[in-house]
Amino acid sequence: MFRRLPDAPVLTVSIAVDGLEVSARAGETVAAALLAAGFGAFRTTGVSGASRGPYCMMGVCFDCLVAIDGVGSRQACLVQVREGMRVETQRGRRPVGS
Amino acid sequence: MSGPLIKDRYELAVIGAGPAGMAAAITAAEIGVDTIVLDEQATPGGQIYRAIGETPLRDPAILGEAYWKGTTLLEAFHASAAQYVPQATVWTASADGEIGVSVGGSVRMLKAKRMILATGALERPFPIQGWTLPGVMTAGAAQILLKSAAMVGNGRVVLAGTGPLLWLIAAQYLRAGGTFAAILETTLRGNIARSLPFLPAFLRSSYLREGFELVSEVRRSANLVRSVIALRAGGGDRLTDVTYRTGGGLEVTVRADMLLLHQGVVPNVNLALALGCQHTWNETQLCFTPALDAWGQSSVATVAIAGDGAGIAGAVAAEERGRLAALGAAFQLGHLDKVTRDRMAAPHQGALRQAQRGLRFLDRLFRPAKRFRLPRGQTLVCRCEEVTARQVRDAAAMERIGPNQLKAYLRCGMGPCQGRLCGLTVTELLADAHGVSPDEIGYYRLRPPVKPITVGDLASLPKTAADIAAVERS
Repeated sequence: MFRRLPDAPVLTVSIAVDGLEVSARAGETVAAALLAAGFGAFRTTGVSGASRGPYCMMGVCFDCLVAIDGVGSRQACLVQVREGMRVETQRGRRPVGS
Repeated sequence: MSGPLIKDRYELAVIGAGPAGMAAAITAAEIGVDTIVLDEQATPGGQIYRAIGETPLRDPAILGEAYWKGTTLLEAFHASAAQYVPQATVWTASADGEIGVSVGGSVRMLKAKRMILATGALERPFPIQGWTLPGVMTAGAAQILLKSAAMVGNGRVVLAGTGPLLWLIAAQYLRAGGTFAAILETTLRGNIARSLPFLPAFLRSSYLREGFELVSEVRRSANLVRSVIALRAGGGDRLTDVTYRTGGGLEVTVRADMLLLHQGVVPNVNLALALGCQHTWNETQLCFTPALDAWGQSSVATVAIAGDGAGIAGAVAAEERGRLAALGAAFQLGHLDKVTRDRMAAPHQGALRQAQRGLRFLDRLFRPAKRFRLPRGQTLVCRCEEVTARQVRDAAAMERIGPNQLKAYLRCGMGPCQGRLCGLTVTELLADAHGVSPDEIGYYRLRPPVKPITVGDLASLPKTAADIAAVERS
């Protein structure tokens, strides 16, 4: 989806996305890290099951929703990566209580 | 500048830390107003100066002079006595100054005597077939990734749409080493004639030189297709191709890994509307803008609006409007007398006029085409609830309905984005169907919470004995 320019410093943060290890740059958002790692679709919709990925990257479209550390429907474009973070792409609606 | 503890009461709350919010906070705090700044992003700057303090991009030429002008403002903001709270999402605010905010997963309420809303702009909806496919993004989203993460699109990138920002983003992308398989420009040829009466002011503005340089820079190095009148994104689970047609031309399909869409920006009105600030349809900018006085004061006594949320005018105007709103608030709060306020405001009023010069020309030249604002058929209007243009048009054909009835009929605008990505489309579709002005149709009725929070979050708020007594069975 996206490639990193040589400007970006060494990737020092490690997160797990659907169980796979993904390297990220400290300070960047979960959405940026996933896009650079080749994830295009972040979730499927609760209405038709269609695939969606980030559209606005500024917190207004809600298409980048993922589960972060067990909490569903987080806006990946508003959350910064943290060492050891567990991210899961989301299927349909967020289950009640998660 | 920042303190870890949020107090219960402030004189002034500024919502948003873009140019308007930063300038408002700096000015207010300088006068001695007890000020808090609540901003949803992790770092100050808003979208226009996104990541200005820590962009990983090493070459300053990539983002250009206008971006780096924000540094001065950022430094003053860091030095300011205003309390700055990043990653703070305001989900409710009421006319009596009560504000609900969510910070780092916990929610709390605070009170402010006055508020300045500096919630900025978002990109106008660009509802074409396939605009929800992964791989289709706003051009602004790509710009945010460039500024904040030093990333450019991989593979075949198509940029499509119209507006001054389209050219800026294209130039920044090319300077960063990005490439475009094609740039599909949707600007209407007829707009040129309609913008000519406003040319003299534009010729005397700073936008002239900047604009010409950008356009020629982009034209030199990208495959530019003009007068595009039809556009759709194709693919199953993700974008695979883009199909377009130019006036009189045949349909062309190009392979694409990414499609970046842009047709201007519009005020982000959700918080202001939920607060009850009166808005009217702005036919020049094709959006709703708030009714404001010279100090940004809205129809709600405690609320002022500054920056692009007050009507699209760009970063420099936003900064000046922020300062004027802060002076207005400081006067209302009793920190300044009228004479001092007016004396302090004079240079900013002059600078604001200067910054707005030439905008009327740009508004008309880059007025987005009706065909790209009023979709048809299976094109999704409401992305969240997956409501198509046909469903909206069919409902409108049955009876004279408004946007709020449409929520009940189709769930249109009832998803998590709360109409941010469909509100204008719905209003314009209904206005078109009923042959009336968008002002008569109005916008969705917006209510708090303006950003989704869980019932659990709400329940975690501190409760008074009276709150508990109100719901407890005896």
